[in-house]
Amino acid sequence: MNPRLRWRKFVSNFMLTMTGCCALIAVSVLFFILGNLVYHGGTSINWNFFTKLPVPVGETGGGMANAIVGSAKLLLVATLFGVPIGFLGAVYLAEFSGNKVAFVVRYAADLLNGAPSIVIGIFAFTLVVRPFKHFSTLAGGVALGIMMIPITLRSTEQFLLSVPRNLREGAMALGASKWKTIVTVIVPAAYRGILTAILLAFARVAGETAPLIFTALGNSYWSHGWNEPTASLPVVIWNYALSAYDDWHRQAWAAGLVLLALILVINIVARAILSRGVSVPRA
Amino acid sequence: MHASVRQAVSVNITPPVTTSASRETSAPAEMRMTVSKLNFWYGSKQTLYDVNLGIATSKVTALIGPSGCGKSTLLRTLDRMHETVRSARLEGEILLDGKNIFAQDVTSLRRRVGMVFQRPNPFPKSIFENVAYGLRINGSKLPIAEAVEKSLRHAALWDEVKDQLHKSAYDLSGGQQQRLCIARALAVEPEVLLLDEPCSALDPISTAKIEELLVQLKDLCTIVTVTHNMQQAARISDFTAFLLVGQLIEFSPTPQLFTMPSDPRTEAYITGRFG
Repeated sequence: MNPRLRWRKFVSNFMLTMTGCCALIAVSVLFFILGNLVYHGGTSINWNFFTKLPVPVGETGGGMANAIVGSAKLLLVATLFGVPIGFLGAVYLAEFSGNKVAFVVRYAADLLNGAPSIVIGIFAFTLVVRPFKHFSTLAGGVALGIMMIPITLRSTEQFLLSVPRNLREGAMALGASKWKTIVTVIVPAAYRGILTAILLAFARVAGETAPLIFTALGNSYWSHGWNEPTASLPVVIWNYALSAYDDWHRQAWAAGLVLLALILVINIVARAILSRGVSVPRA
Repeated sequence: MHASVRQAVSVNITPPVTTSASRETSAPAEMRMTVSKLNFWYGSKQTLYDVNLGIATSKVTALIGPSGCGKSTLLRTLDRMHETVRSARLEGEILLDGKNIFAQDVTSLRRRVGMVFQRPNPFPKSIFENVAYGLRINGSKLPIAEAVEKSLRHAALWDEVKDQLHKSAYDLSGGQQQRLCIARALAVEPEVLLLDEPCSALDPISTAKIEELLVQLKDLCTIVTVTHNMQQAARISDFTAFLLVGQLIEFSPTPQLFTMPSDPRTEAYITGRFG
């Protein structure tokens, strides 16, 4: 074998190994985190964890029921606030707007998507917390909802645009107005994609901590209604992890495990919905 | 003899209707639609020049010509589908039953002038819901199940799908899907049915079924079909219009156009010298 060829083979093998290793590192981070969470927090997950309120340091048997319910309520508000705005905005972009408007809105949505979440938190603070004069589930939900808008908007728009033109024409040729065409044909044809987009946006904000610090604050007890400060899993993790107590550290690990498991499940469900087949065959 | 007939007609005929008389119809047939002085542009590119055409009631009119001659564009102006393209612009007049189609509500116009497209485009819904769609969006008071059956029978599809009405329309073959689209268009009982190369994506057997169907549907509505297939135009149409680079070269009863074309360009096209 001549030296030149040998050198080539060496470079080829070297690069193949390198790229393979990088791919392995990329996936192993997830498994490392998951393993770590199970190792440290797995033992703290029990019935109490899901049903009991936190207890003072030193006592055993406390749980995070209030944070779990708090997170659920925050995400409900976020979804009710962010999804309709993102969805209807996407309908406008995909079906009605001219190119210039669409360009500006898309660009703004992408910038908003990249905005640091703590900035979003401060924005929600001035928008909701200041006028109401206290931290609340509502404020936290609005902060998370703002983060869901650009994700929902951009992906819904893509799925609407991917509905073939001939379906639109088919509906319009039967005397459907543009609005009826959208409601009865285009959105149903794109609904799997839209649902996936909403789930991914949901999973994306489920673990957000920074926007909640300024808005939902935290609470060691049950939060009643929508207008009181509330505990949430990410903020509890943050608080507990910063504490000096081993018991709280274990609880934080457990909460992290629950949160990550939730997000993984949502992602897997979203992929499953999408892979059941795009509902419209490509022309 | 034929020359003299043509001459007589060219004197008598009103401008919008450029049909020559044929052996069987010595008087001009009743017109469902008339197109006069139609000019059409996509952006700055003109694609139709001064087209005058009459669509005879309860007849099949075929538009033929080489690719890009404007036959699909002409068809799409008849139900104003060209308006879905932003850069489209037209001048001229199109009448449906004597009334200007551009002065009407576009959705009610499209209810009266149905359209079937080049590729089958059923909605991602069940077979039943596809046919029922037009009735539902138009708030029809007709009993829907009966109307669906009637339309599927008219489209010669009922026997093949009657036991699977609630299956997805995508489970049907391409030819069945195209007949489903015809049934869907027929369900709203249009006066005119426009077809844009309805068989170009289909195999010969499906094509034959649809051709047979179109001839039968004449009793139900007036039919205008675009085709690049001259044999098809000859088999199914009563009148044929030949277009070339945006101009209507010749419009005659089909037997006449194919046996005694009056324009040398028509003759060149139908004998296969170009296109």
